[in-house]
Amino acid sequence: MSSFWPIFKRELRAYFVSPIAYVVMVMFLTIAGYFFYSSFAFFNFIGFQAMSNPMMARNLNVTEGVLRPLYGNLGVVLLFIMPLLTMRLFAEEKKQGTIELLLTYPVRDLAAVLAKFAACLAVYTVMLALTAVYPVLLIIFAQPEVGPILAGYLGLFLLGAAFIALGALASSLTENQIVAAAISFGFLLFFWVIGWSSQFAGSGIGGLLSHLSLLEHFDSFPKGIIDTKDVIFYLNFLVFCLFLTLRSLESHRWRG
Amino acid sequence: MIEVEQLSKTYGPIKAIEDVSFVVEKGEILGFLGPNGAGKTTTMRILTCFMPPTSGTARVAGYDIFNESLQVRRRLGYVPENAPLYTDMPVVSFLKFAAEVKGLSRRERLRQIGQVMDDCGIKDVQHRYIGKLSKGYRQRVALAQALLGNPDVLILDEPTIGLDPRQIIDIRQLIKGLAGQKTVILSTHILPEVSMTCQRVIIINRGRLVAVDTPENLTTKLQTSSRLLVRVEGPATEVVRALGVVSGVQTVKEDGGGPGQVVTCIIESKKDRDVRKDVAAAVVHQNWGLLELRPVDLTLEDVFVRLVTEEKESTA
Repeated sequence: MSSFWPIFKRELRAYFVSPIAYVVMVMFLTIAGYFFYSSFAFFNFIGFQAMSNPMMARNLNVTEGVLRPLYGNLGVVLLFIMPLLTMRLFAEEKKQGTIELLLTYPVRDLAAVLAKFAACLAVYTVMLALTAVYPVLLIIFAQPEVGPILAGYLGLFLLGAAFIALGALASSLTENQIVAAAISFGFLLFFWVIGWSSQFAGSGIGGLLSHLSLLEHFDSFPKGIIDTKDVIFYLNFLVFCLFLTLRSLESHRWRG
Repeated sequence: MIEVEQLSKTYGPIKAIEDVSFVVEKGEILGFLGPNGAGKTTTMRILTCFMPPTSGTARVAGYDIFNESLQVRRRLGYVPENAPLYTDMPVVSFLKFAAEVKGLSRRERLRQIGQVMDDCGIKDVQHRYIGKLSKGYRQRVALAQALLGNPDVLILDEPTIGLDPRQIIDIRQLIKGLAGQKTVILSTHILPEVSMTCQRVIIINRGRLVAVDTPENLTTKLQTSSRLLVRVEGPATEVVRALGVVSGVQTVKEDGGGPGQVVTCIIESKKDRDVRKDVAAAVVHQNWGLLELRPVDLTLEDVFVRLVTEEKESTA
């Protein structure tokens, strides 16, 4: 696994040498800022109303009212933005032919896959860490609960990691970055909306469908609930996608 | 050092290479010659463990390319066709990356990177981005990364393509300098390159081995007759007839005329029979003007074309 680090460093560098990482981060943070502002403004509005209604005021909770919708929205934004980060992982190397160089170095395929996944995850982590200004602002001006904030971040981290794994798989299937982005976006969208049909699909299949939904499992994290069922779902999803990526890389070798 | 046994590779219905077997000794420089699409790149990709063969085996430095791929790759430097490189990195960072991936220690890394940059003449561009370099420099950077880690075997897919004549000479010198220490396989379709740098040549066509020998042997072996070019001022048909009856001459072929009454012929005679004197005498005897008379050697180019076309005829 000694070849993990050099590949990881190279990938990370590639993100920041090109404008990709910066553009994606700026977009993500701008949208996150807007969502924070709007949910905070709405909470403010409710707060004023609550002044004349003590019953309502008792239920007011800044974590529930501001951060939970913010995290929920960020999950959806990630769905749109993550394919842009993952599309180049393998597709670019295939297009430029550098995959031939990489795979003829004494590198295990697994090390290459993990290093690329980890580099993208690192970019995502930086991006996610930058959104911490919002809860920090809240902590300065109000008393939100810290537990649910951390749980929410754990949820976003796992959700993003699963998205990246799926994106890496899509990228390993093609040499065209647009195609890779389209595939991963399509699948992410599908794994989001698949939960919707659970309401009318009957109890058996409906349960299965909602269990498959990527965002359904995210729901409980911002509430401060870290359910092993959800954590394991994301880890399963991630490992499965990376396993398929590895296979896809091997089949690329076979087919030439 | 490299043993290839009955290697075949099919892409769907297309047979890229078929039953290719050869052996390369340690320290040898082997030229891989063939027209486009003959299977050169496929063979090289199999040897570098980029893809497995459909059938057959190959061993590099004693390790099986399929089962001990990592061991093989540790002992191998590869310059792929068109020298694909990470264009978003400066030369020196890329070489550092390559050295790290190849598992060199920090100290070795610094020493070897300096060494290969000197050898390949890329020291003055070391801080430039690879994407901004000209084709020639890229090719040299690719060669430099292949040399890192001091591999026993170098596999170079068209290493001199896109270089200017001076650079070509430099690279050839460099490759020649490796003879004895490293085993080199290089593919090319520039024929003089092979006769200049390689000790042995493999000619491959339509996925099959056509010939394996030294460049000298190939030319002499195929030279079953010696050939003369004669240019005569005189009536064409009569000249051909007259030359045909000179003793020792096997065939006379008209090879185009010239201005006025000039005719050019290619005369073939037995390999060790010098017929120049008799031919000259015959021409002079008829009072024709003898404008030119010279032996025509079979070049590697002729050998190549002959082998490749023979193959075509026999398969057709």
